[in-house]
Amino acid sequence: MKDDKRFKIANREALIGVGLAIFNFIWWFVFAYGMGDKDPSKYTYILGMPAWFFYSCVLGFVVMAVLVAIVVKFFFEDIPLDDGKEEEQ
Amino acid sequence: MNIEALIPLIVILLVIFIVGIWASRYVRTTDSFLQDYFLGGRSLGGFILAMTMTATYGSASSFIGGPGTAYNQGLGWVLLAMSQVVTGYFVLMVLGKKFAIVSRRYDAVTLVDFLRKRYNSKWVVFISAASIIIFLFSAMAAQWIGGARLIESLTGLSYIAALFIFTLSVLVYVAIGGFRAVALTDAVQGSIMFIGTLILLIAVIIAGGGVPAIISELQAENPNLITPFGADGSLTPAYVSSFWILVGVGVVALPQISVRAMSYNSSKAMHRAIIIGTIVVGFIMLNMHLVGVFARAVMPGVEIGDKVMPLVALKVMPGWLAGIVLSAPMAAIMSTVDSLLILVSSALVKDVYLNYIEPKASNQRIKRLSVAVTAVLGIIVLLMSLNPPDLIIWLNLFAFGGLEAAFIWPIIMGLYWKKGNKYGAISSMICGIVLYIIGDRFITQPFGMHPIVLPVIISFFVYVFVSLGTQEKVKAMS
Repeated sequence: MKDDKRFKIANREALIGVGLAIFNFIWWFVFAYGMGDKDPSKYTYILGMPAWFFYSCVLGFVVMAVLVAIVVKFFFEDIPLDDGKEEEQ
Repeated sequence: MNIEALIPLIVILLVIFIVGIWASRYVRTTDSFLQDYFLGGRSLGGFILAMTMTATYGSASSFIGGPGTAYNQGLGWVLLAMSQVVTGYFVLMVLGKKFAIVSRRYDAVTLVDFLRKRYNSKWVVFISAASIIIFLFSAMAAQWIGGARLIESLTGLSYIAALFIFTLSVLVYVAIGGFRAVALTDAVQGSIMFIGTLILLIAVIIAGGGVPAIISELQAENPNLITPFGADGSLTPAYVSSFWILVGVGVVALPQISVRAMSYNSSKAMHRAIIIGTIVVGFIMLNMHLVGVFARAVMPGVEIGDKVMPLVALKVMPGWLAGIVLSAPMAAIMSTVDSLLILVSSALVKDVYLNYIEPKASNQRIKRLSVAVTAVLGIIVLLMSLNPPDLIIWLNLFAFGGLEAAFIWPIIMGLYWKKGNKYGAISSMICGIVLYIIGDRFITQPFGMHPIVLPVIISFFVYVFVSLGTQEKVKAMS
């Protein structure tokens, strides 16, 4: 059936979303608490911001935006959302 | 009164108002009032979809409360706020095409519609409608207060007068336009937010003498301000991480957001919206909260967090520009309010009245009733907001948590797990809501986390076990 194929695509894309969120969380967490958990006097700085903040929040956001764009462009499929009329009968 | 700042603000609100009226023409000319008023006829393209989701989500709490809290807590609160980037792609990807296909097949116009058809149970509908009404009142009151405070601080009018002005302008255009008007004006408002926060951030950085100067000034005042742990070290990794559920992935369960995930016209629009939405949400959140932190170096000693945003805008920019920039939070508040009003009125009119009281009501009657209910709701919220609490952010987050605890598994599992049934849905909703309210009222931070975490985990298992345990019962009934 046509449906099964569409739902298969939808399921895969939903799992990609979960994967991206997990990656996003790890990136955010590791940089923030990995680099930020020390005395502020020992911080290094990038563009004036503490390095932990730059990597976790600024770079992390840019990386996610690029990653999302790539994933959507190359892995998301264009499918019809309406059921065909003949199927409704 | 700050006339110079007030004029651009009024002009922008007028433009938004005109767009609303223009959009309302569609409502009057198409046949299906229901589809149009509540859903915009499933006609949203990618850009408008991304903007309406962002605008609905970026509410008074992120624009007034968020920067205010960041002002007090430092970079740790920006870190917390950045957990919201995930909403930009997660909602549309996870509800995704399956939700769009299934809701079309069900002819569902609201989230409750979807649940009703999926579970075929009037108790699911009643509990859903009730939790929408209860929790969204709390969220709406937060927006009302935020909007009124902003008008108050700009005009110098009394809080009460500001509240009336706000209520009137919101009601008029929601009542005439419906969802399409809201979605369209959201696109305008989302764009204002995007540009406004950027201008404000740049102005604050210039006023503070550059980022390095601001950071070292913050460090000199209190080194904790530039750590991830908050001004007094209270932002623990467990607590901050639990916001990934509350304002991150849990957002899929907010009815005002999920209704948008069924309103796009094609999978192409959805693809575009994911990319645009991620960029816009992340950009606005980062800028807005950085403004709050940096404002501390520019303008120390503000006592009331909620006033930081308007005050710093008026301080670092010429009045007319401040007016334009401040229309960003105003826009955020209005669009959130509009969506919530539409949602609550749809819960009452569409989900309860039309399904269980008068299924054969005429189009004309539904129309009148929707408009009337919307107006009455607006007035009730106005009455609730007459005596505002000091901090609006927690009102809003309370509503988020309650709705997520109620809806997250009935939606997600209802979509992706065939064995889920109405018994699982009902018990997980009740369990989620009750545990959340108990956790929120009586235990402030169970295991160092926000009270949303436990109800979400426990109601998942309740959903699964009750559904599995009632398989025979459901089979016997059908």
